Amino acid sequence: MTTGTVFFALLLYAATLLGVAGLAWRIRDYARTPAPLKIPTTPAPTTTGGVVLRMMREVFLFESLFKANLWIWLFGWMFHVSLALVLARHLRYFTEPVWFWVGWVQPFGMYGGLAMVVGLAGLWARRFLVERIRYISTPSDHLMLVLLLGIGISGLSMKFLDHTDIVSLKAFALGLILFDWQPLPAHPVLYVHLFLVALLIGIFPYSKLLHAPGLFFSPGRNQSDNPRERRHLADWAAKLEKAKL
Amino acid sequence: MAAAPITAPPIKPYPVIPILEAGAMAGTKSFPANAQIQEALGFPGELVEDWHDKAIDKMGELLGKYRSLKVYLDACVHCGACTDKCHYFLGTGDPKNMPVARQDLLRKVYRRHFTWSGKLFPKLVGAEDLTKDVLDDWYSYFNQCSECRRCSVFCPYGIDTAEITMAAREIMDSIGLGTKYTNEIIGKVHKVGNNLGLPGPALEDTLSSLEEDLKEETGLDIRIPLNEKGAEVLLITPSADFFAEPHVYSLMGYAKVFHAAGIPWTLSTYASEAANFGMFIGNYGQMQKIATRVREAVLDLGAKRLVVGECGHAWRAAYSFWNTLIGPFDFLDPNYPVPQHICELTYDLIQRGAIAFDKSANDKYVVTFHDSCNVARGSRMGGMPGGQFEIPRAIVRAVANKFVEMYPDSIREKTFCCGGGGGILTDDLMEVRVKGALPRMEALQAVVDSDGVNFMATICAICKAQFSKVLPYYKFNMSMVGGVHQLVGNAIRLGPK
Repeated sequence: MTTGTVFFALLLYAATLLGVAGLAWRIRDYARTPAPLKIPTTPAPTTTGGVVLRMMREVFLFESLFKANLWIWLFGWMFHVSLALVLARHLRYFTEPVWFWVGWVQPFGMYGGLAMVVGLAGLWARRFLVERIRYISTPSDHLMLVLLLGIGISGLSMKFLDHTDIVSLKAFALGLILFDWQPLPAHPVLYVHLFLVALLIGIFPYSKLLHAPGLFFSPGRNQSDNPRERRHLADWAAKLEKAKL
Repeated sequence: MAAAPITAPPIKPYPVIPILEAGAMAGTKSFPANAQIQEALGFPGELVEDWHDKAIDKMGELLGKYRSLKVYLDACVHCGACTDKCHYFLGTGDPKNMPVARQDLLRKVYRRHFTWSGKLFPKLVGAEDLTKDVLDDWYSYFNQCSECRRCSVFCPYGIDTAEITMAAREIMDSIGLGTKYTNEIIGKVHKVGNNLGLPGPALEDTLSSLEEDLKEETGLDIRIPLNEKGAEVLLITPSADFFAEPHVYSLMGYAKVFHAAGIPWTLSTYASEAANFGMFIGNYGQMQKIATRVREAVLDLGAKRLVVGECGHAWRAAYSFWNTLIGPFDFLDPNYPVPQHICELTYDLIQRGAIAFDKSANDKYVVTFHDSCNVARGSRMGGMPGGQFEIPRAIVRAVANKFVEMYPDSIREKTFCCGGGGGILTDDLMEVRVKGALPRMEALQAVVDSDGVNFMATICAICKAQFSKVLPYYKFNMSMVGGVHQLVGNAIRLGPK
């Protein structure tokens, strides 16, 4: 076992633990915090089914962002869809035999990798070129894009410029899942790629990446518009009411 | 220092996003509430000594009580979608009036005290301590937000700056930093029953003189009853309707509708206010205390239906919050929605053919309709989503021949606030009000030029008061604004059918 293998195996375990545990903690926290008043942004669906549809339009189409600004929508949507394709493509490292649809999605995943970098570059350019967005950008806003660009570019360069031994890599990946460590190819670009991925997973629940679970818990989007038909009462408000009687 | 005269920004033929002017509005502050006003609401009279710790504690308390606050503070990615959506930013160019930047004033302190990243790497994630300068910014800019929710329409996560503003104002109230305008009014409601502090006998006088006006105009005995037990409908309307212009014309319009339809109705002295400024300061307890007067009044008078007059935030409070705050209303007539908007009532009567109109009575007007923010984005009318847009328009079309829409990005859910909502309707913020009205004034100018619009109908007391004051700054006639029921009152057929 090389030092590289041990280092990355431990790093990826630690990152996953940090990411998953943190995410679970945040989601639990959101779920347990009451929403005492009905505040959907109206017009809003009046039924739960309608809310599910509204939420799906937000998750898959970025409906509100589309209304707001076509450039942000274009780059943002392109990046997210591409990332989804790239992640799907990467499932080939974790499935044996490779699932049918994962095989089918491979070429799309590759184009996704390219489009992802274009989308990220567009989003980053806005942080320099648009005065209003330059004003609101913090260092972490830039660094998050750098991190994702680094992941995308290092990944693409292993596809197009400097191949790594993907058979050994797959053995390493499966070994991580099965707790049966296999050697990781000693490849500098791969090291960079994996390090940045570990970083991304690790900081997920401690950064603005919380927008992903946040959307599902946003009262403006996940509440149905039926306050006259059904009385909505949070626990603490109910206690307040009891105390007064 | 003498204040420079306030001038309106120039109206442009199409909307232009302004160049940033950092700090342009930093010095424009709502007058602070004095100790007497503050203490009447149970808030500290002045800035408390340990304000920093108290503020952070309060923030922690609110984070545990409001999911909206917690999620909205976490979820923002600084994408910039909201940056050009706020009328106050569009009118002033001050970057801290961009919704995200306004939120960030609170968010940076949240990150510093409640997130690991902000505790460990404050500079990296834009976390900051709550200093006196930051607190000053809070006071300036959270009192330059009208809680109109326009930004929340465009946010990919539905982040609603109104929720952040409400939390910030609640934190500031809890350390002794309230605004004179809003908190003084809340005190008056608790004491007298309405925002104006109009006592019962004065209200009675006003209403009987309005009845005389109605008699003179129509020759009929159209009543505006007060405190009548056993009336079918209790109408809760903004107190501005009792004497402010053009509000009072809508009140007379309601009276004519009830008269023509033969529905016994009454107003209440005890609950002579639909407005609920407790909402503006995000204070659940104050909001509930104000609303409780309505429940007590309807029980006391034995009315079977609750109807709400033309007022934007009041309709949000009534429609969205009353059932939670003062419900359930199982003692009222289940055949009608509780509460019901006066526009729903009138629309229903039109549908049933119970009232009729002479539309030519409004032929002197080319009408456009200004959607009020809280009605548009915080409530509904009728059974379908979007009924809050269709029903008032259907009424206007039923009572007037000439109706024109303003441009699509300025109406319906994308409507621009009048510039005076959310506790901003005060003379000490006149500069904010005038500049914040710019996007609406530009949209209005366009239909004035293209179609000769000379009447902007709306269903909000604050919109009416704000526009009456601000229209002249933009070279419009102040009487261009009025209520939907003002038009209804002009056209309704009274007397024997």
